[in-house]
Amino acid sequence: MTNAPGQDLDSLYQEIILDHYKNPLHAGLRDPFEAEVHHVNPTCGDEITMRVHLDGGVVSDVSYDALGCSISQASCSVMADLVIGKPVEEAMAIHESFLTLMQGKGQVEPDEDVLEDGIAFAGVAKFPARVKCALLSWMAWKDATTQSQGHSESQPQEAQHG
Amino acid sequence: MIEGLLPQLDIVRKDFPILERTLAGGLPLVYLDSANTSQKPQVVIDTMVDHLERHNANISRAMHQLGAESTEAFESARDKVAAFIGAPRRDEVIFTKNASEALNLVANSLAWATGDLAVGPGDEVLITEMEHHSNIVPWQLLTERKGATLRWFGLTDEGHLDLSTIDELITERTKVVSFTWVSNMLGTINPVAEITRRAHEVGAIVVVDASQSAPQMPTDLAAMEPMERPDVIAFTGHKVVGPTGIGVLWGRGDLLAQLPPFLGGGEMIETVRMEGSTYAPIPHRFEAGTPPIVEAVGLGAAVDYLGELGLGAVRDHEHAITAYALDGLATVPGLRVLGPLDAAERGGAISFEVDGVHPHDIAQVLDARGVAVRAGHHCAKPAHARFGVQSSTRMSSYLYTTPAEIDALVEALEYTRSYFKLG
Repeated sequence: MTNAPGQDLDSLYQEIILDHYKNPLHAGLRDPFEAEVHHVNPTCGDEITMRVHLDGGVVSDVSYDALGCSISQASCSVMADLVIGKPVEEAMAIHESFLTLMQGKGQVEPDEDVLEDGIAFAGVAKFPARVKCALLSWMAWKDATTQSQGHSESQPQEAQHG
Repeated sequence: MIEGLLPQLDIVRKDFPILERTLAGGLPLVYLDSANTSQKPQVVIDTMVDHLERHNANISRAMHQLGAESTEAFESARDKVAAFIGAPRRDEVIFTKNASEALNLVANSLAWATGDLAVGPGDEVLITEMEHHSNIVPWQLLTERKGATLRWFGLTDEGHLDLSTIDELITERTKVVSFTWVSNMLGTINPVAEITRRAHEVGAIVVVDASQSAPQMPTDLAAMEPMERPDVIAFTGHKVVGPTGIGVLWGRGDLLAQLPPFLGGGEMIETVRMEGSTYAPIPHRFEAGTPPIVEAVGLGAAVDYLGELGLGAVRDHEHAITAYALDGLATVPGLRVLGPLDAAERGGAISFEVDGVHPHDIAQVLDARGVAVRAGHHCAKPAHARFGVQSSTRMSSYLYTTPAEIDALVEALEYTRSYFKLG
């Protein structure tokens, strides 16, 4: 019933996760973008500002400024790398797949073909307190992408602050 | 040997059954999260079980023997709490759900107050940047709703209140000054007497959040100079080795009698007619509905337990352990303590950050070693923002904490650094 944290620590902190944490991909806020969102994790204070740029139904760019733990930072890096260049529909399916993995309490077998580096987070699902860390950026991305789709008719925005 | 530890600490620890349990992998529990909630001695658990097994009945309404026993137990808990804080009068002790409810009770009653106590445009409520959210948000709500102004003391780099601005902040416009006795994040012990005296000189009401001070230092309201005695203090039961679901509001009797009711309902009335009602005297005036009876009884046992150990001895123990912990933490490379570095100026909660590792990751690795701490903003986001950090790791000791547990923490922090490959 209870986790064995000692044994599971390495399953939580996979090398892939620590690598992404130390060298996050696609970090920083960039132009152009159609939507910018700010999400926070009220229980711990982790926060993320994320911009999404869609171009012809494809996720052309995801850029972000995030403060948080290794799990939330690495998850953001993996997510951005997975969805950039993918059609929105396919990216949403990847999102769904990651969500299922995270909510699976460690019982869901991840599909490496879909999630690539994202499978490293399978161990996180066994730590209920950390699932929200892994999901913060994914939820922000979905929110920003949905908002971007609403703006798809209009021109991309320019940054409103420096 | 470290001086100041509780005598017979090994025997005291045996009063707390949870300290005997092991965690996953057979690791012993190193519980350093007592500022979050304290563990419970057997006597509290037994008292609550005994009440439920033998004396359970509603209070003040039942005419039968059980009702009388339950009422007696509940009211005797009020006496014990009154003795614990040195309340001048027992009827000044109001039972609430927790400290947050106690603070909200005061802020909400002031929103309804008329005459001298009314808060409105031009009036100011003064708090501090080191408050727990529960002593910030109720005052934001009050001032927003009444068109009053919220002001606050800033903090020094050492984690003390910046009192250099006290003359600008406490003025004839100040209606309420509300601040914490001991910070739950920085650990700082605030000068209650000095601030209270200044606030009283301008006629302001002084509210003190005693949630972190009541567990670890003596409180003797009756012994304080009236000018230096707060008008209201609030604390919660579960941090003073009592159960959750019970908190305490102590207020100066004549102030409480002047405040309008907060929650209406059973028990708080004198008589009810369809055209209107009159209200019971304190404390029942502020205790609408069936209260948390067994929780109050448990709290009574808890403060009795602390009284027998002696709060002076508990404070000495906390001081000794805190000093030992500050020394130990100073040996961890890249570790920065937020708040005073002198144990004499602080309580037993020590928040810190470690270069290169996020607090969540620290807490996770510590947990894997059996060491329970808190990571996050500890419901004190403004205090974190003041020190330029988003979150921190907090160890908090209590009367049952041993130097060996502090050693285990320091060792686990070293392990955390090596786990994340920090030179």
